[in-house]
Amino acid sequence: MSDAKTRMLRRAAREITPGMVVNLGIGLPTQVVNHLAPDLPVCLHTENGLTGIGPTLPPERADRNLIDAGGAYVSEVPGSAFFDSATSFAMVRAGRLDLTMLGAFEVSETGDLANWKIPGKFSPGVGGGIELAQKARRVVVLSTHTDRAGNPKLLTACTLPLTARNRVARVFTDMAVVDVEPGGFVLTELAEGVSVAEVSEATGAPLRLPDTALPRF
Amino acid sequence: MRLPEKICAMEDAIAQIRDGDTVMVGGFGVPGTPMTLIRALVAHGARDLTLVKNDANEPGMGIDHLLQSGQVARLITTHLGLNSHAIGLMNSGRIAVEFNAQGILAERIRAGGSGLGAVLSDIGLGTELAEGKQVVQVAGQDYLVEPALRAGIALIHAERADPFGNLTYAATARNFNPLMAMAADQVIVEVEEIVPLGALPPEAVHTPGVFVDQVVPLGTLSGEYAVVRR
Repeated sequence: MSDAKTRMLRRAAREITPGMVVNLGIGLPTQVVNHLAPDLPVCLHTENGLTGIGPTLPPERADRNLIDAGGAYVSEVPGSAFFDSATSFAMVRAGRLDLTMLGAFEVSETGDLANWKIPGKFSPGVGGGIELAQKARRVVVLSTHTDRAGNPKLLTACTLPLTARNRVARVFTDMAVVDVEPGGFVLTELAEGVSVAEVSEATGAPLRLPDTALPRF
Repeated sequence: MRLPEKICAMEDAIAQIRDGDTVMVGGFGVPGTPMTLIRALVAHGARDLTLVKNDANEPGMGIDHLLQSGQVARLITTHLGLNSHAIGLMNSGRIAVEFNAQGILAERIRAGGSGLGAVLSDIGLGTELAEGKQVVQVAGQDYLVEPALRAGIALIHAERADPFGNLTYAATARNFNPLMAMAADQVIVEVEEIVPLGALPPEAVHTPGVFVDQVVPLGTLSGEYAVVRR
């Protein structure tokens, strides 16, 4: 794993504070769990019916009936609960998730999120993504700053089908932490070795700077 | 008073499935997927089926066998991301796919199993998932009408059952199973372990046996239920 990716995951992990109920989306966000302090009092939720997710297990130690929504074999912690899919999404829609951390294809400067469909290329279905994005109390995105071709993912407006409107509050990338404020994107932190000019160049929307010095991560 | 018993041979249970039926299938990934009932349905050969299942398993697993055998005309689901074969069938038009938000699929099934006509939800309002759906206003808020879902048949996997069909599920193998077990005219359950009447503590029953029509004992589990090594 590259240093930049590790730093991004470690920085995103600091978003999770004691007492939270958190859903980490499939892909990059799930890896944040490896950067949480083992004694952090936090309840991780997975939409296939588990609260209190423990560490991921190798196949030889896995329970065949115990997976997360991405299909990884996980474990219980003391106090875990199992429930059906209706109960699981009741938690989501009723606002019981303090935080969800999701991947993204595009994020707009008004907090719109597109992360489930690229017409003609990728349309496997939305799964639980819309409910997480629409109903978690706080929605943050964890993603590379640009796509594989180098195109910006942070845009003035999304071009792809939306997952939810006006819901993203913050974006963690390999280059920066960017907040979504009423006036648009605000650069709040910079990754080590990255300049403001480089972040601006890789962002497809205006990027405001705070008056104070930018912390590094 | 003694509760009636519903233990049934697999072939007899599956024989009631007809061409054109809607069949709900429990499971989220491998856990809770009734692998053996699915194999029996492949052998039975009923065609033109509408399947309702959270996901399409993975290539060569679970309901992928029904897709491969050409028995499925339509799939009502939430996510096919782990089954490239299913995505190929969808893209080439050989199966029709209806995508639902995952919790909305669960609620539509729960409503169907509860004698309700629909549920109202704001999930997907303002996105393409809302296209074509009826919108109603309640207390000044817009909601999408999400019609209840029922099926002729539900195929369920449970860890334990008594002969009356009281069920318990293991860990994350619960998922859609208890919801689908309420939402079909004939509910067929494959069971890892049959225990005597009275052996399941009444407080611990996940699905009351009243919802269950046929209980099929599995015996030794096939390798399809094992941990997947990717």
